[in-house]
This record gives sequence, structure tokens and C-alpha cells, in this order.
Amino acid sequence: MLTAILVLAGIGLALGALLGWASDYFKVEEDPIVDKIDAILPQTQCGQCGFPGCRPYAEAIAKGEADINRCPPGGEANIKQLAELLGVEAKPLGEGLEPKPKAVAVIDENTCIGCTLCIQACPVDAIVGASKQLHTIVADLCTGCELCLAPCPVDCIAMTVIPARLDNWKWQYPVIHLRQVA
Amino acid sequence: MNGSPYTQSANNSVRITMIKVLVALIPGIAAHAWFFGPGIWVSLIVCSLIAIFYESLALVMRGYPQKPFLSDGSVIVTAWLFALSVPTLAPIWLYAVGLLFAVLVAKHLYGGLGQNPFNPAMVGYAVLIVSFPTYMTQWPAPLQLATHMPSLANAVDMVFAGSGSISIDAYTLATPLDTLKTLGRAGQSGTEIFNQPIFGLIAGKGGEWVAAAYLLGGLLLLGNRVFTWHVPIAYLASVALTATLVQAIDPSQHANAWFHLFSGGVMLGAFFIATDPVSGSTTPLGKLIFAGVAGFITVMIRDYGGYPDGVAFSILLMNIAAPFIDTYTQPRVFGHAKGGKVGK
Amino acid sequence: MRAIHPFHGGVHLAEHKTESTGTAIGWMSLLPRYVVPLSQHIGQPAIPVVKPGDRVLRGQMIGRPTGTISTAVHAPTSGIVSAVEMHPVAHPSGLTGLCVVIESDGADRAVEMSGIDWRNLDPAEVQAHVRDLGLAGLGGAVFPSAIKLQRGNAARIPTLILNGSECEPWITCDDMLMRERADATLRGAAMMRHLLGADTVLVGIEDNKPQAIAAMTEAARQAPFPVEIVAVPTLYPSGGAKQLTRLLTGLDNPTGKLSTEIGVQVFNVGTAYSMYRALELGEPMISRVVTVTGHVPRPGNFEARIGTPLRDLLAAAGGDLPGTTGHIIGGPMMGFDLDDARAPVVKAVNCIIAKRVEQFPPAAPAMPCIRCGQCAQACPAELQPFELYWYAKAKDFEKTRRYNLFDCIECGCCSYVCPSHIPLVDYYRFAKSEIRAHELDAQASQAARERHDFRTFRLEREKREKAEKLAQKATTRLDSGAVAEDDPAAAKKKAILQAAIERAAKAKVATTPQNTDNLSPTVQREIDAIEARRQAAPDDAAATGRQPTEAP
Ligand code: SF4
Ligand code: SF4
Repeated sequence: MLTAILVLAGIGLALGALLGWASDYFKVEEDPIVDKIDAILPQTQCGQCGFPGCRPYAEAIAKGEADINRCPPGGEANIKQLAELLGVEAKPLGEGLEPKPKAVAVIDENTCIGCTLCIQACPVDAIVGASKQLHTIVADLCTGCELCLAPCPVDCIAMTVIPARLDNWKWQYPVIHLRQVA
Repeated sequence: MNGSPYTQSANNSVRITMIKVLVALIPGIAAHAWFFGPGIWVSLIVCSLIAIFYESLALVMRGYPQKPFLSDGSVIVTAWLFALSVPTLAPIWLYAVGLLFAVLVAKHLYGGLGQNPFNPAMVGYAVLIVSFPTYMTQWPAPLQLATHMPSLANAVDMVFAGSGSISIDAYTLATPLDTLKTLGRAGQSGTEIFNQPIFGLIAGKGGEWVAAAYLLGGLLLLGNRVFTWHVPIAYLASVALTATLVQAIDPSQHANAWFHLFSGGVMLGAFFIATDPVSGSTTPLGKLIFAGVAGFITVMIRDYGGYPDGVAFSILLMNIAAPFIDTYTQPRVFGHAKGGKVGK
Repeated sequence: MRAIHPFHGGVHLAEHKTESTGTAIGWMSLLPRYVVPLSQHIGQPAIPVVKPGDRVLRGQMIGRPTGTISTAVHAPTSGIVSAVEMHPVAHPSGLTGLCVVIESDGADRAVEMSGIDWRNLDPAEVQAHVRDLGLAGLGGAVFPSAIKLQRGNAARIPTLILNGSECEPWITCDDMLMRERADATLRGAAMMRHLLGADTVLVGIEDNKPQAIAAMTEAARQAPFPVEIVAVPTLYPSGGAKQLTRLLTGLDNPTGKLSTEIGVQVFNVGTAYSMYRALELGEPMISRVVTVTGHVPRPGNFEARIGTPLRDLLAAAGGDLPGTTGHIIGGPMMGFDLDDARAPVVKAVNCIIAKRVEQFPPAAPAMPCIRCGQCAQACPAELQPFELYWYAKAKDFEKTRRYNLFDCIECGCCSYVCPSHIPLVDYYRFAKSEIRAHELDAQASQAARERHDFRTFRLEREKREKAEKLAQKATTRLDSGAVAEDDPAAAKKKAILQAAIERAAKAKVATTPQNTDNLSPTVQREIDAIEARRQAAPDDAAATGRQPTEAP
């Protein structure tokens, strides 16, 4: 009996030591978790999550202060990735948040007065123009965050959904009718 | 919208594959009926009906359409393999319990056709042999040795009423593998054992012919490309090799390779059970490993384990390992240096 | 006899070739209108260089190549450009693409064309010429040919392979081309051989085209350089570039690398023929041979000008017979369903098949995968298609990538043999396009992050500089004892701003329709949400933004 206990205890100790050593030996230097979260977020910088940008939201998630399902532009795919990264369950997008089709802001060039307010609001420097000059949004750089809509004093900025084009068209998920909806 | 290809090979469907398997089983069944009496037909029909009932029930509960899934024939294959693995003329409730585990638990609880990690028929068999070992040894004796030959009417009686007008001892006999195990434990030597009347030319009387018939059916399937050569060949080779080695260690107690190949479920397992693609390994190298290790385990269980036959357990054990084996044995992809573990 | 090195897998298909090989390549009469897409090749679309109203001649460049991977587009006949607009094109999406519409004037006058001295010119110059003449691979992938003529880092590319295998059922355009124009095809090969510095020229032809093999062998006998015509066993997809390379040379094209790394370059026979016409005659790629087959009265091959509406091409073969259920562009294994027959012939279109239900029945319902492995046995890329399917179905794209999804050539062999009738390739195409889109998104968000970080940095710096300036000003002011006089200036600024806003408001009323009535509820909700966010936004920028409107 005593031998058995001793043997088991011995094995336990040995394995424990081995595990400890292994965890130390195989340790990988990792990016701080905030960076990893930030890398997943879409960098729209729209603030729909309730934080003033993607990075602050990433920090809040890392601290456990925010849920992973607050980012509408990232959508389901993002939540899935975050869940995997953090080892938690994926969940649907949070209440009151709705995924929107991808869109870019377009300035109505007839109405723009060149006030530069939108330039100041754009978090990713996607608007070009100068004081009293016509402004234009560079569609490729626009993340669709909508932050420039509010500041415009003449309401000349509108969001336009990016249409399906030959170069951004995607194959759809195949539809298979296996299971009857009965 | 569906993309290309807009054409599919004709005469190829799950159902056709399953029908081929069923047809290939017929020589074995016929041999069985010839040597052990017509009771096998009764148990095949009873098992099929029970299995179809379970399948249909599962489909209803899961909200799947009945027609495509019942007509794919997979459940009949399960039922037949099960019926051929458990003793013929067992009481109906035994079949019902076994198939309950085979069809409802092993197949549908894991997601139905194509998703089961274990071979359903073998799960049913394993549950029964663990839970009801006595029933599972009552195999009908070869007709030449039986004191009473059960007629078809007797068989129906036996299955549905649990016992018939004849006593159970009148038609059952310990199988060759059982005999080997029990007499071997009793200390008898190999020669003594093999002089028992149950033994035939190389294995059990009658049983060896049934095994040969399975071999024939299996070769037909192989010729028909229902599966590749890897699994059956590796399995049989491994059984033969291991048996020879074991016999070399202790010739008096252990049977030779021929005996092992042609007794019990080895032939059925090699061609019809281990080749089940759903629960088995899928890469060429993986198949060799899968079947090779299964063959080894089969003989180990037979020669050293507690159960007379090891086919079911060895295959179930390897079913567990199959995904793991597959991960590490990916074949080389065109244009890549080498295969092996799933890449980064 | 050259040893054939078989590739793994492949399938035997019903060939359906004889339907369209009964007649010689037909010529089409001039049509009143041609629609020429500007994106007919892999890579950057050409930039239109004509505008509506312009008069063009046959062979005149109407789209200029741009970027590294691109090629030019030319007018198929003379006439007037009536529009440069979005028009249905032959694409699986059924979307529209930018096209130049030409109303022909019936004269079919051509620009001056003349060949070049390709033997003595600098290779780079010849390549530029090939690019300006709009050459792209006619086998289906339409890769700009000029790029494939580059030797890269190698001193020379020892082996040139002409792909005449044409393994897809129904398609016979290469077959007919080789039968009728073997000589010119090999002349094109001579040019390619010269530019690549190749010494071995191999032409791979499936052995179900004995007439093409005979014609090419005859032409090869007379060619002034060694050419080997090799009959390869008929087995789909022997016409895949990698598969053909394997068949003829035994070499495997390393994944992710160009075939030139193993010293091989592969061109379609049709491309070789066009090369001949381009360099010898100076003719740009303005027509190609297209097979019209299936459920039409007179199936055959036609020399069709690029831009010919497919409707008119079908009409040349007698038009759809009653009971036609649709059209496939390309072959049945790798082609796609045509959405709109107004779409024009482009360089990639090698075949159009009119479907009828007996030959192309609707796909059988898919059953679950039983892991039977038949797909893996058929896959010429030696993949495990069922694993790819499993993970693509679960949208586990990382796993599909690890199982080498991008080595899949979408040949369709796996779907063809699958006893469960699973549309496997549809899953791979889905997964591939998701992964590509995801990569683009990731790049975009990385760039956005950088811009955002830079902006944050810039704002910080500006703030700091401002603070420093202010501090400086304050000290000077204290010194001089002057009172701040910039108030009036600020007022003036505000007034100017206000005036501008009013002007803009007027302009807006004039320029934009007041379509705020009859809004759909979703749009209204969206507007409300934006409105609400705007009200709530505590942002500095937003505050300053609102300020002027609230000012009296
Ligand atoms: S052929 Fe079809 S059923 Fe068989 S393994 Fe491949 S995908 Fe699965
Ligand atoms: S489509 Fe892709 S996976 Fe399927 S057989 Fe062809 S190469 Fe293999």
C-alpha cells in the first residue's frame, strides 16, 4: 500500500517537474494580447463599439471590460476569430448592433464648401482637399466608418454601398437542400 | 447557382456502392446457410427490418427526408454486417439492443451517414459481447456436427420466442476460436485441441468455407474499385505475420496463420468492415498503418486476450486513431516536396 | 518515341468531340455591332483610349495595357464607338463589365499592319510589341503572353511545350486549328522558341485527335527546327499545364512557382497561331476560333471576332434548338453558366455549348460525404478533396489552406466521381474567394491602421507645436502689453464660413432632388441611426462641426 502511494507520488512529482520544465523550455515569446486583438479588428475606427477606435476597443477586450461581439464591421468572422484567440465561445453580434454592407463615403462635390471639417474627422486620412478646396474621399482608403458624416456642416457626405463588381465578386456558399425545412 | 462540372459520372452513387457491398456479401451468406442452416436468412431479414425502423425513426427525429437516406442502402449494409457478426438465431431482443447502439447511437448520434467515427455494426457487436457474453457464444454448429438441424420454422421460433421446440444445446456449439481459448486455458496441447471434431481442413468446419466465400466477395469489390487494396491486404498480411510470430514463440498453444485467416471474423473484417471509409483511415499510408495495427491487435486479442475474437475491438480501437493517423500521413501534393503531417 | 510520365488521377469522360468537327472552321459575316470588354485577361484591365463618337479602324488599339500584368484590346472592325459603358460579359457572376461598343460601318477598314523583325530585335522590344498587340493565352487562363515570353532569371528556357491536348469534352477549337493551320501554328512556335531560347519544342496532343496529330506531324517534318509531336493518352485533365508538363517531361511544377523555374514554358496552340499572326503580319488579337456545339442545328467551329455577341455566334450555328436549357461557356468540366447571351466573345471563350436536359440533367441531390476517397483517387493535384470539402463547408479556411486548397486546379474530377454528388468544386471556389477577400481586407486594415497611427502621431505633434507657439506668443504679448486683437478676425472668418454654408445650402436644394419621401423603412432607420449617432457624438470634431450651424 505504502509503496503504491510512494510510487504514484513519485510519478506525479516527476511528471510535474517535466511539465514545468517543458512549459519553460517551449515558451514562445508572444505578441501582447492587445496587439493580437487589434490585428483581428477591421481598423475601421468607426467607434460603433462604443470605444473611440479599434485599438481602445482591443485594450478593453484584453482587460475583460468589453465583450467580443461589439464590432459590426468585423461581423461574424471577426467574432469567431476573437473567440478562438481568447478561448471563449463565439456569440452573435451584440444587441443594437447590426452588420451593414460594406460602404464608402462619397462627397457631393457640388455642395462641398471646402471647410476641412471632414478631413479632421477622418481617422484614417482618406479625405483629400485643402481649405476652401473641393474635397474628395479616396474610396480605396475609406474604411466606411461614417465619422465624417456628422461634422459636415452642409450634409454633403453620403455612404454608398460598394456594389458587386467583377473584381470584388465572390463565389457564394453552395446551397444544398439536404435537410428539409418541414 | 451551381458551378461546373456540369456532368457527373453515371452509375455512381452511394446507393450503388452499398448495393455492390451487399451483393458481395451474398456468397458468404450462401455459404453460411449451406454449412450452418437456413437460420441466417431469418436473422438477416429481422436485423434489416429493425435497422430500417431505427434509421427511419432517427431521420424523423432529426428532420431529414426519408427517401434519399433510406434508399442509400447504408443502413442495410450495417444491418447485414451486424447480423453476420453476432450469433445466428439469437433472440430478437438481442438484435434490437445491438442495432439500437449501432444505428441510433453509433451512427445518428454522431451525425448520421458519413460522420460516424466508429463502424456502427461493430459498435453494436461490441456492446452485445460486453453486456451479454453468454448469448454471444451460442453460434450454431456446423450441420455435420449438430444433433439437430434447425429448420426455417425452428429458426423463426428461436428468434421470436427466444427458444424453440428444440433445446439450445442441440444446435449450438462452441466456435473453433472459443474451443481453442477454453481448451488452451485448460492446459491441452495444440495437437489435442486441433483433433476436436469442430476443426476442418485449416480452420473451423464450415467456417473456413464461409471465410473463403467472404474472400471471394471481397475480391469482387476490390476488382470493382469499391475500395483500394491497402486495407484488406495490410490487414490480412498483418494477421498472418503476427500469428506466425506468436506461434513461433509458443507452437503448442497457438494456431497457425491459416487458421487465423480463415476463422472468426477476419475475412469479413478485412474486406467489409475495416474498409469502411467513414470510420477508417483515408490516406494510402494511413490505410496501411490502420489495417496493419488492427491486424496485429486482432491476433493479440485472440491469442492473449480475454475474448475469443478480436476483429471488432481491433477495428474500433483503430477507428479512434484514424483521424490522427490521417493527419500525419498526408500524401504528397502535386508540386510539393513531400507529404506527411498536414502543412502549416 | 518520348516516354510518357502519367499523372495521378484523372477521369475518362464521354468526349462529344465529333459533333463539332464535321465542318471546317467557318467565317462569320460582319455584324453591325461589336462589344469589346476592356478586361479580357488576368491582371489589370486595359484603360479605354477611345470615347463615344470616335471613329476606329480594325486593329486599332482601343484599350491600353496598364500595370505589369496587362495587355491591350483592339477594335475588331472599323466603325464608330457608340458607347464606353457597363455591359453584360461572359463571367460566372453574371455581372457587367466596362466595354467599348462599336457600331461597324461595314467597310471593315484596317489600320496599317506589318510584321516585325522578331529575329533581330531586342527581346524586350518584341515583348512590348506582343503586349501592344493584345496577346493573351487562348487556353482559358488568358494570361498576357508578353510576360510568359520573359526568361526571368534564367539565361534561357530550354523546353517549350505547345498545349494541344484539349482534354475537355465538346471543345474542338484547338483540334480544328491544328488540322487546318498546323503550319502557321508551328511558325508561331518558332517565334516563341527563339524568344525563350528553347531548344526542345514539344507539342502534346491527346490521342483522340489523330487528324490533328497527322497534320502537325506533317508540318513538323517541314519545320526548320526540331519539333516533337507527342500523342498523350486521352485522360482528363491532360491539358492542364502542370499535367501536360508532367506527361511530356516527367517534371513537376513546384507549387507557387512559375514553370520557367523548371525550365519549361507552356503555350496553347491557339496562342502560338496568334503569335504568328501578330509578329509576322502585325495583326493584333482581334479574333479567335470558338466551338459552338451542343443543342444547335449546325455545330462547328467559327473564327469569331472578339466582341461578337454570343447570341450572334450561336445564330451562326443555326441558333438554339427548342428545348435548350441554357449555355455553358467553356467545357462542361471547368466552364460556367452563361447568364446573358448578349455577352460578347472574349479571348477566354473557347467554346459555347447549348445545353439540353438529356445531356446536362440537373445535378443529382448531394448526399453526405462517405469519405470513400474516390475523389482523392481522381484528383490530378493529388489532394484530399474530401478533407478540403469538410473544412470549406465548415468555413474553416485556415484548415483548407493547410490542406493545400490553393493547389487545386478546379478541374472538377472530384465532383465528377463523387458518389454522393457533392458539388465539391463549388466549395473550393467559395473558400478560395473568401480567403482572397479576407487577405485583401487584412491588407486594407493594416494600411488603415498605419494611416490611423500616423494621424494620431501627427495630431499629437500639431498639438504640441501649437502649445509651444501659444506659449511663445503669450510671453511676447505680456512683454508688449498688447490686448488680443484677433477677435474681429475670428468673427470675420465665421461670417465667411456662414456665407459659404448658406450658398451651399442653396446649391444643394438646386442640385440634389429632395427624395426624402417614400423612403423604405430600413433606409429611414439607417438615417435615424446616423442622426442619433451624430447628436450623441461627443467628439471634438463633431462639436466644432455642429457649431457653425447653431450659430445665429
Ligand atoms: S468522392 Fe465524394 S463521398 Fe467520396 S470521399 Fe470524396 S467527397 Fe466524399
Ligand atoms: S477540382 Fe481540385 S480537388 Fe478536385 S480533383 Fe481537381 S484539383 Fe483535385
